[in-house]
Amino acid sequence: MSYKGNANGDLLNNLMDVVQVKLAEVEPKSNIKKRVFHILVEILQNIYHHYGHITIDDFSDKESVTFVLAKTQGDYYIITGNYILNEEMPALKAKIDLINSLSSEKLKQVYVETLGNGVISEKGGAGLGLIEIARKSGGKLFYEFRLYNNHLSFFSLMVKIPAALPAAAKAK
Amino acid sequence: MENFFLEETSKTPKLSFDVSTGKFLMSGRSIPENSIEFYKPLFEWLDEYVKKPCPKTSFDIKLEYFNTSSSKCLVEIFRRLEKVTDGEVVINWFYEEDDEDMQESGEDFKELINIPIIMNVIEN
Repeated sequence: MSYKGNANGDLLNNLMDVVQVKLAEVEPKSNIKKRVFHILVEILQNIYHHYGHITIDDFSDKESVTFVLAKTQGDYYIITGNYILNEEMPALKAKIDLINSLSSEKLKQVYVETLGNGVISEKGGAGLGLIEIARKSGGKLFYEFRLYNNHLSFFSLMVKIPAALPAAAKAK
Repeated sequence: MENFFLEETSKTPKLSFDVSTGKFLMSGRSIPENSIEFYKPLFEWLDEYVKKPCPKTSFDIKLEYFNTSSSKCLVEIFRRLEKVTDGEVVINWFYEEDDEDMQESGEDFKELINIPIIMNVIEN
């Protein structure tokens, strides 16, 4: 399934509802269903928190979020695209590169440390979203930035959620 | 002081905090965009509760799933309960048999929180 449109809270909520119905139809395993939904919520809320500080002028009527959920051979793929401010790009890129460089044990450690120490930002982000997405999907975060104009870049993210549970989640 | 009670919605959990029995329950899902806004009244309620807690506080958590900003709020809730010195506090963490993610979350909190967290499997 795919979606292209604005990133306001109501629409993202509706999108979550639709995905939930769809997942109930196609996925028999409740733990996989939950995991896909959980990762999806984190990704969409990440976008929502980022979207919050981009002014409407930058967008005009431009459709701002692209979303695809696909299932092939049992594996799920979530692909999203949204605009971010150019000045945020280096920090976001550095964060994803760091997460991708960590082993599953190290990811868990960083997650627990951030959970215990970090504060919640004004936007409502906990700094845990991308770490959690990497941890629960058990793989790398694939991404691309494309310069759109002087202010904005288009950020795409792809996450693969394997049909078999990743070892990271099995290890205690 | 009054009990704290909220009905479950599609994005927020049922919250039932009984001041006279010390029985606390959180169940359902917790995925609000703004978790702080949602949990703030509960934080304030707990700030009052810990001043005069029940001899035993038993907190059952039966969540289907929660977002990362809610997990921060759970830490905030547990930190408040850690302040109880004149009473016993126990957290009962429930997860479905095949739900490794929810089990793992319980284990994460165990590493961070100085309150006994008892893991309970719900058999499917």
